[in-house]
Amino acid sequence: MKAGIWRRVGFPLTVALILFVFLFPIAWMLLGSFKTHVQIISLENILIFTPTLENYIAVFAKYNFLRYILNSLIIALGATALSLLIGLPAAYGIARSKMHVLGLVILIGRIIPGIAFIIPWYILFSRLHLIDTYLALILAHMLIVLPLVIWIMIPMFEAVPTELEEAGLIDGCSRNRVFVNLVLPITVPGIITASLLSIIFSWNNFLFSLVLSDRSTKPLPVAIFNFLSYNEVSWGPLMAAAAIITLPVMLIALVSQRYVVSGFASGAVKG
Amino acid sequence: MFYSSWFDRHFKWFYTAPAVLFMVVMMAFPILYTGRLSLYEWSMSSVMAPEWIGFDNYAELMKSGRFRNSVRVTLIYTFVSLFFQTVLGVAIALLFERNFKGKTAVKTLFLLPMVATPVAIALVWVMIYQPTFGIANHVLRSLGLTPLAWLNSPQQVLPSLIIIEVWQWTPMVALIVMAGLTTIPSDLYEAAYVDGATAWRRIRHITLPLLFPTIMVAVMFRLVDLLKQIDLIYATTQGGPNYASETLNMYGYTLGFQFFNMGLASAMIILFFILVLAMVAIVNWIKRRGEVEL
Repeated sequence: MKAGIWRRVGFPLTVALILFVFLFPIAWMLLGSFKTHVQIISLENILIFTPTLENYIAVFAKYNFLRYILNSLIIALGATALSLLIGLPAAYGIARSKMHVLGLVILIGRIIPGIAFIIPWYILFSRLHLIDTYLALILAHMLIVLPLVIWIMIPMFEAVPTELEEAGLIDGCSRNRVFVNLVLPITVPGIITASLLSIIFSWNNFLFSLVLSDRSTKPLPVAIFNFLSYNEVSWGPLMAAAAIITLPVMLIALVSQRYVVSGFASGAVKG
Repeated sequence: MFYSSWFDRHFKWFYTAPAVLFMVVMMAFPILYTGRLSLYEWSMSSVMAPEWIGFDNYAELMKSGRFRNSVRVTLIYTFVSLFFQTVLGVAIALLFERNFKGKTAVKTLFLLPMVATPVAIALVWVMIYQPTFGIANHVLRSLGLTPLAWLNSPQQVLPSLIIIEVWQWTPMVALIVMAGLTTIPSDLYEAAYVDGATAWRRIRHITLPLLFPTIMVAVMFRLVDLLKQIDLIYATTQGGPNYASETLNMYGYTLGFQFFNMGLASAMIILFFILVLAMVAIVNWIKRRGEVEL
């Protein structure tokens, strides 16, 4: 009897409460993004108000956000593409040769604080006049994205049966052809996972972008501080900007949750 | 033909070389450079060359109260957050283990905090914590409690930040543990069920010991990210008020990119780096020992 009440009432209520807690700040951001400044700072009618689009209009018209969206996209896609280009063969090589030491070396990239690289990069990129270029930002973001690609793809390649490859090799295919025409098509789900996670991590990266970008390449997470540069914070536009920044990555997670979940959990279960 | 078969025999090296080379150039070289720079005094000036001062930067840090403070802040922030993320994450994973209607949808929505851009979501929390019109104090007032200063008070700033941290990353621990739960063979449960073990005893004696390695992997991931956390702190307090939330990473950034004291910043970063490695080694040791006992 007691168990029945828990199952029918207690359990759903607990799940609802957990969801409420974890979704509240996101909902609050969306609500705020449709409120005027006066509505935000007044504490009456928190939920009932006439929504306005003025914040979103301001974000694009006044703060030029299209530019920053484009910057973020170029950097995220560039870093992801280049990481796939060199990361896929590397993961395959590691998987087939059992060179897990190399995998470990690459994992170290995740452990070391980013700030340990950033002073030398800043000095080096300044000397090469690469500060505020997409190239510098893409290279920096690759340091986060490449280990991710390799780490996700190693178990995927390990799962491909070697018999298949051997059959291809006996038929006279070169290793490159086996890799490109036989192995890669089988591992497409893994490649999708790796790409989505790469895009999310690059899109969200802040520290590297903060140091290496400037006026012309500034991506969204750095640009959002434009709303804070004066004494008074423009809360409405700030919430609209936060929504614009977070919505693409949240949409990726919602639409392709299967891939994203397996990406976040991969390597974790294997240890 | 000969060439191509030679390539094929050694393809592992050709395939891995570009990625390994990239990592070495972007990682190993900068760390060595930072190590060298930590022995110099230099303000990034092109006129004044770096001046060799040996270990003076390290000596200065050891004497500095601000440095010791940032070590303390980093450790408190990391371990308190880690504790709550792990306990809550495991609890939620166990709660979500059973099948219920809408489970997939709930799990998907649960993903959102951790994919949301940290600096953007941190600024949303600044609005939530805002003392006069923030919803946090509004709730406190309507419950008849005293409103708090949250991020503006040296005493309350760390707990306030830890709440954000726990909110954002508990789902990650839960997710990893949920993935681990699927690997536990169900006949173990059935055996326990037949033996009449209560739910709590099943969790305590079967689930948790078998999950231990997975939980420790989640702990390791979180530990590393927590020690390095800077996005959240930069976006909310930049280390303030009164250095109460200045972690090592934040202090290093300030030394390097606000004061342009590159030598001192490098020394600090090297010490920070050693601290991170030491923490990872300790947790790894606990993980290994726990696994042997099973």
